[in-house]
Amino acid sequence: MNSKFIAYTTVTAVGMAAFACAALARDQVQIAGSSTVLPYANIGAEQFGKSHASLKTPVIESGGSGAGIKRFCEGLGEGTIDIANASRKIKDSELAECQKNGVKEIIEVQFGYDGIVFAVDAKSGDWALEPKDLFLALAAEVPKDGALVANPYKTWKEVNDKLPEWPIVAYIPGEKHGTREVFEEKIMHAGAKATGADKLHLDKAEGADDAAKKKVADKAVLKVRKDGAAVDIDGDYTETLARLASNPQGLGVFGLSFYENNTDKLKVATLNGITPSVETIASGEYPVSRPLQFYVKKAHIGTIPGLKEYVEFFVSEKIIGPEGPLAEYGLVPSPDAERKALQDAVKAEKAM
Amino acid sequence: MAIDTTALGPSRHAENSASIVQKGIARRYAAERRFRLYGMFAILFGIAFLVFLFGSIVSNGYTAFVQTSFKLDVPLDSEVVDPAGTRAVSDLRNADYTLLARKSLASLLGADTSSRPQMREVGALLSRDVDVEIRNAVLADPSLIGKTLSLWVLASGRVDSLMKGQLDRELPAAVRKVSDQQLGWLDKAEAAGFLAKRFNTGLFTAGASSNPETAGIGVAMVGSLFMMLIVLILSVPLGVAAAIYLEEFATKNLLTDIIEVNINNLAAVPSIVFGLLGLAIFINFAGLPRSASLVGGLVLTLMTLPTIIIATRAALKAVPPSIREAAYGVGASKMQTIMHHVLPLAIPGILTGTIVGLAQALGETAPLLMIGMVAFVVEYPTTPLEPATALPVQIYMWATSAERGFVERTSGAALILVAVLICMNLIAVILRRKFERRW
Repeated sequence: MNSKFIAYTTVTAVGMAAFACAALARDQVQIAGSSTVLPYANIGAEQFGKSHASLKTPVIESGGSGAGIKRFCEGLGEGTIDIANASRKIKDSELAECQKNGVKEIIEVQFGYDGIVFAVDAKSGDWALEPKDLFLALAAEVPKDGALVANPYKTWKEVNDKLPEWPIVAYIPGEKHGTREVFEEKIMHAGAKATGADKLHLDKAEGADDAAKKKVADKAVLKVRKDGAAVDIDGDYTETLARLASNPQGLGVFGLSFYENNTDKLKVATLNGITPSVETIASGEYPVSRPLQFYVKKAHIGTIPGLKEYVEFFVSEKIIGPEGPLAEYGLVPSPDAERKALQDAVKAEKAM
Repeated sequence: MAIDTTALGPSRHAENSASIVQKGIARRYAAERRFRLYGMFAILFGIAFLVFLFGSIVSNGYTAFVQTSFKLDVPLDSEVVDPAGTRAVSDLRNADYTLLARKSLASLLGADTSSRPQMREVGALLSRDVDVEIRNAVLADPSLIGKTLSLWVLASGRVDSLMKGQLDRELPAAVRKVSDQQLGWLDKAEAAGFLAKRFNTGLFTAGASSNPETAGIGVAMVGSLFMMLIVLILSVPLGVAAAIYLEEFATKNLLTDIIEVNINNLAAVPSIVFGLLGLAIFINFAGLPRSASLVGGLVLTLMTLPTIIIATRAALKAVPPSIREAAYGVGASKMQTIMHHVLPLAIPGILTGTIVGLAQALGETAPLLMIGMVAFVVEYPTTPLEPATALPVQIYMWATSAERGFVERTSGAALILVAVLICMNLIAVILRRKFERRW
């Protein structure tokens, strides 16, 4: 009887303590979003914690750009996150959702670029790719003799004489990834243009006017083949790496930083003759890169301790500069003027 | 057999059926042998997978328990550490300890301290967090300033991978990302004895880190411990009380039947559903902080309750009715019967169920994803209300990291988790053996 009484008292006490503490103020920055931005955010947060003894290190969750922005736009207050990491720009529909929920002022911090590279197993020969080759190998419909046909190519050699006679298997990022959008825009679109497929699709497209037709055609060129040659990877780059390990004749899509950390297992392909590196991407020679950014709730500055300090610290030269730890990990730093403008904008808390 | 005899028909003679039985015996023995073979094959198959699984985890993970380190004699020059001479903590915190460590290593390696490229190559051998180790030593004992501090500091993750043979030395320097000069230095350092692999205490004590060499499961362990305590405190009394009521007091009617079916169903509900529930109730409704081990503990409590209720009911059922009847016979009330006789006899079963339930909760990741515990947490939580992660979550996060050093850590942390789970199950078995009564 007695022991049961004690047990029940404990339960009630714990329950009450739990609810009483709900009023406790949050004293660390909370961040969620893109898994591509995550390693950079981790490094930034860690350095922040090291150099700011009185402030807590931010807590960072992963989960993808879309999920992060969704939670970011849930509203204001301590129960919501302060910063959303994104490997793509925030969409208009998401901005509208933010506005609707009271998140009116958002500071956009675009802190650098990430290159997207095509890589094969380290033991293979050199690969020189062009967007055209990738389009011909991976698109659902390709032009042949002036007409669109279902993709007939079986090996890379059929696509381009200089490529090896491997069966076409490419591990490309799945549709929920921000990387996929960049792949579509910079590779599939460019490839369609180079092969003339975009015109053929436009001729075939149905729509009320030219603009509607163009929209349909633009969507059609992005379709990848569904016969097993193009494999969507919904996990992260470690999964792509594992796929390449089990199929050494596959082609994988990686982030530059991931490749830089696994140079002993991967061999990178050149694109239009340019080898991807921090330098070639920063100069714009290498065509496939995308901006990395995070979004900050302006209303939380001042209420969440350390938020302003964290963002200012993150955009400082010693973090995102060319000599900083992010560049060391594989971030392509923004040009000097862009960084300066960003630092000023953050200081002034300039909202979008 | 009954079918066989009718199939033979009544007209057959007795000796005839005896000979048919005789003929059948060989066939039936063969069937039994085959069946036993199938069983043995199934077991062998399971064992083979287990061996493969453990083989791969152990072979990948055992190296995580040692870490390459340099033994440095760092002269704590008061000019660098405390130029103002005030011993102010803020000065001591912000001094450039990295430079001190680099210089010290450079002089050991015989590198040119005035050449920037050489110093950079030396610096790349050391962990990026090398300053923290020296700084903490200085902050703990400011009287060290001006003296020479002798300590082991961590080498960078890449050096560690190279020394452990995970990175092939024969690769070209550009691919290996360790220059030939650095390789020469490492060999020299190893021969001279100031480079060695030492037991990796950081793996057990450090929090999350973006550098593999300084990443550890400390925060995850504390988070898991908090959650297990909350689960234990909440689910055992609730579960046992519910089970006793349902088993001993509740009348059997439609309502209790529905409750029973629901409890059994709850035990089989995928854990992610409990995560969604926790997000909706504890975070969005009750306003508890995200990523906190309190919420994690509450969610896991919900998940563990059905397991404990079912185990407790089974244990209560297993107590023979003669015990209850004897208690009633000497005039005990129902309450006394249960508390004095039935419950003590059922405790081994309840304990086993509790430990199995806890072990299950310890290995759970999916519900924690929904409540924000899959996160990068550097600082130790001091209360269950502060952000924390859990052991399996840490394994998952390391598995998705790009650096080579995280591969061994993933397996190393998996080994630790498995060891903890084996210990828990072992305790369950021992307790059952010790207290179990047979009737």
